[in-house]
Amino acid sequence: MTASVETVTVKVLLFASYADWIGRDTVEVSLPASATVADLVRQLRDEFPQADRLPTRPLSAINAVHATADSPLREGDEVALLPPLAGG
Amino acid sequence: MISPYLTEHPLDFASLLASVSASDRGGIASFVGLVRDHHDGREVKRLEYSAYAPMAEAECAAIVTEAETKWPVQVALSHRIGTLEVGEAAVAIAVAAPHRGEAFEACRYVIEELKRRVPIWKREWYADGSSDWVNPAIAHDGSAPDEVAIGSAGVRHG
Repeated sequence: MTASVETVTVKVLLFASYADWIGRDTVEVSLPASATVADLVRQLRDEFPQADRLPTRPLSAINAVHATADSPLREGDEVALLPPLAGG
Repeated sequence: MISPYLTEHPLDFASLLASVSASDRGGIASFVGLVRDHHDGREVKRLEYSAYAPMAEAECAAIVTEAETKWPVQVALSHRIGTLEVGEAAVAIAVAAPHRGEAFEACRYVIEELKRRVPIWKREWYADGSSDWVNPAIAHDGSAPDEVAIGSAGVRHG
């Protein structure tokens, strides 16, 4: 597929409770070029009714580095939505 | 084996301690986190740990490097992934230093940062057969986790 300059396509990784809720652990999403992580979450809510349980500003990472809900997305980014961390 | 910081096998404390021992280091402080048999008044039978492995490895490596930069220490860290029974070790940290003060401080730093930053999750299985994902933030003070607390301390990609 080809992405025009006006959109970015990202791969969304879901874990633990979020993966349970949405019923899958990866989703590909196309967004306007200026989209942020928060925009991505909004779009997931539109596409997946079960995603309304996601926080509007969940913990997130872009390409395996902690990000914020306001972080901008770029073509090909791997965006992880992280449920509350519980290591240790 | 998901190396080097995550493993599916029981943690090997002796190897961990041996890996940081050296003749110029007079003390080793260690922390071992075990699976507890209760949580919020419910009897816990076992835990199931999962991770975003590439990021968890990278965060662990960063935390170890930070500790070894802030203090004159050598750090060994291992976190188990998979299903753990009550009493089994989920995380083990060994910190060797010339003197005990630095070892204790750095060991505390490593476990606190691990809990704050490393993308690992656990599902608790209860005596009645039900299960739930653990949310430490809610368990402790009832508040939702704050994405900014981690995100602002991290680095934007690219």
